[in-house]
Amino acid sequence: MKIHQLSLFLENKPGQMIQPCRLLAEAGIGMHTLTLADTQQFGLLRLIVTDWEEGRAILEQAGYLVNVTEVVAVEVADRPGGLVGLLDLFEAGGINIEYMYAFTFGREDKAVLVFRFDQPDAAIDRLRAAGINVVNGVELGTRIHA
Amino acid sequence: MSWDAPGGAFHPASAPDYVPLAQMRQLQLERLRAVVRRAYDRVELFRRRLDERHFSPEKLTALTDIEHLPFTTKADLRDTYPFGLFASPIEDVVRVHASSGTTGKPIVVAYTRQDLEVWTSVMVRAFAACGLNRGDLLQNAYGYGLFTGGLGAHYGAEALGATVIPVSGGNTDRQIMVLKDFRVTAICCTPSYFIHLIERAAELGVRMRDLPLRVGIFGAEPWTESMRRHIEIEGGIQAFDIYGLSEIIGPGVGVECPFHHGLHIFEDHFYPEVIDPETGHAMPDGEEGELVLTTLSKQAMPMIRYRTRDITVLATEPCPCGRTVRRMGRIARRSDDMFIIRGVNVFPSQIEAALLAVEGTLPHYQILLTRHKGLDAMEVQVEVTPELFSDKIGALEGLRQRLAYAVEHILGLKVEITLAAPRSIRRSEGKAERVIDRRNLTTEVLRENPSTVSVP
Repeated sequence: MKIHQLSLFLENKPGQMIQPCRLLAEAGIGMHTLTLADTQQFGLLRLIVTDWEEGRAILEQAGYLVNVTEVVAVEVADRPGGLVGLLDLFEAGGINIEYMYAFTFGREDKAVLVFRFDQPDAAIDRLRAAGINVVNGVELGTRIHA
Repeated sequence: MSWDAPGGAFHPASAPDYVPLAQMRQLQLERLRAVVRRAYDRVELFRRRLDERHFSPEKLTALTDIEHLPFTTKADLRDTYPFGLFASPIEDVVRVHASSGTTGKPIVVAYTRQDLEVWTSVMVRAFAACGLNRGDLLQNAYGYGLFTGGLGAHYGAEALGATVIPVSGGNTDRQIMVLKDFRVTAICCTPSYFIHLIERAAELGVRMRDLPLRVGIFGAEPWTESMRRHIEIEGGIQAFDIYGLSEIIGPGVGVECPFHHGLHIFEDHFYPEVIDPETGHAMPDGEEGELVLTTLSKQAMPMIRYRTRDITVLATEPCPCGRTVRRMGRIARRSDDMFIIRGVNVFPSQIEAALLAVEGTLPHYQILLTRHKGLDAMEVQVEVTPELFSDKIGALEGLRQRLAYAVEHILGLKVEITLAAPRSIRRSEGKAERVIDRRNLTTEVLRENPSTVSVP
């Protein structure tokens, strides 16, 4: 149920994004999602790709520092209050969100939220118990690219 | 003491700076023989090294024989810490000073009463060369304490008869208040700190060039002709370069005269040589090399052929000021990787130790020195390793802060840590280029003022 996300360390200067994206594209690896977290000094590029193992190998070979993190993707209704219900669930379970990002894909009035939790397994149990759809990597791909 | 003779102010023409060269060389030879004898009799390390070379003090019959003597290095001071190179019993040592070393242990230097008198006398000559006299109010903004700058300048200016304001370093707003309210005419500090004073004064609505201040004596860090111009125009003063190092005596080894054609060395006390730092062989006067100094009159801690690591040239032709002593060019650079920032000696090894202490691994790093608005800044770029890398911004920021704290704790200097991507810091032929100095000191000196020392 957990999804492998690749995180890359990037220096905060022009032209840093294009090279890893190009390497993945050349290897035929698609990106489901990406997000760029930045500070004044450096950036973290977080990617969910179609083949994380191959993606990591290619990037590491090119000299990138790649961190593999397990994240949880959750499907919620794309309407006001959709997120609040989820957050209530985590708060009640004492589960800490380390970071998250969200995207919609313009279909079915659904949004996908990607979470990094301090206790991913406990979070998944809670989500399931509440009948909330936790999306695995394959599903994520089909939803986005359908 | 002659400079404090009743009824008359010190006049620099009475100093040994003007004696005929033959007389100076004779004096130097006599003093060299005496100091080598003293070191041989009283300092075990020196005696052992001379014995190993089958050389003895009696064999010194000409100044050129100095080439037979072994060098002394900073490592020798470190290895004999704290008192191992003293040539006087502690009963005769009336003062010690200390400066930063490579390993956290300082380097200790000692003075007998006579050593302090010599130090004071060369500082009197130095201030006189800068045009100071009785009636001048000198704001001494060098730090007072273990650092030689504060007390060295203090006693010299007092002996000259100037009015000393012992304000010490720091507290910039108070410095400006004193400069203005006391109608100060002269200041000594590091050149970068004076530029900072000019800028802070402007923020407070005080134009430095409108104040009575007329002379600045600047040392303890390298600076350039363009800095001098800036200081002289914005400060409304004449700026002088002064040179010295704790191991030899402190400030007062050499100073500029009003012609600013290099720094006159007080060579009746400090015998200069310039050597090839690779081979150790003497370079002819006028050729660039490492400055080596021998203290000709030091009692408590004679330094024989001390390797300063400062790169300069010696000029012998007469200076229009009439002084006969040799001049050295302004220090362009150093022959090792030590650098001086805000008056503090820093070795990359200190920074290495701090980085290593934080995470237990030593990442590849580089030190970048810049100068912004006259103030030096130090940035340490650290390559992120797999061990150090985290997916969380907070963890990386925390790492940055821990690294900065560790370096600041060791050096007592503010530092900016930048995390860099793996392999983004250039490696040059296996040996890392640890320090990038963008303060632009060397090139400016050579490019903008090729005649600082006119080479025959």
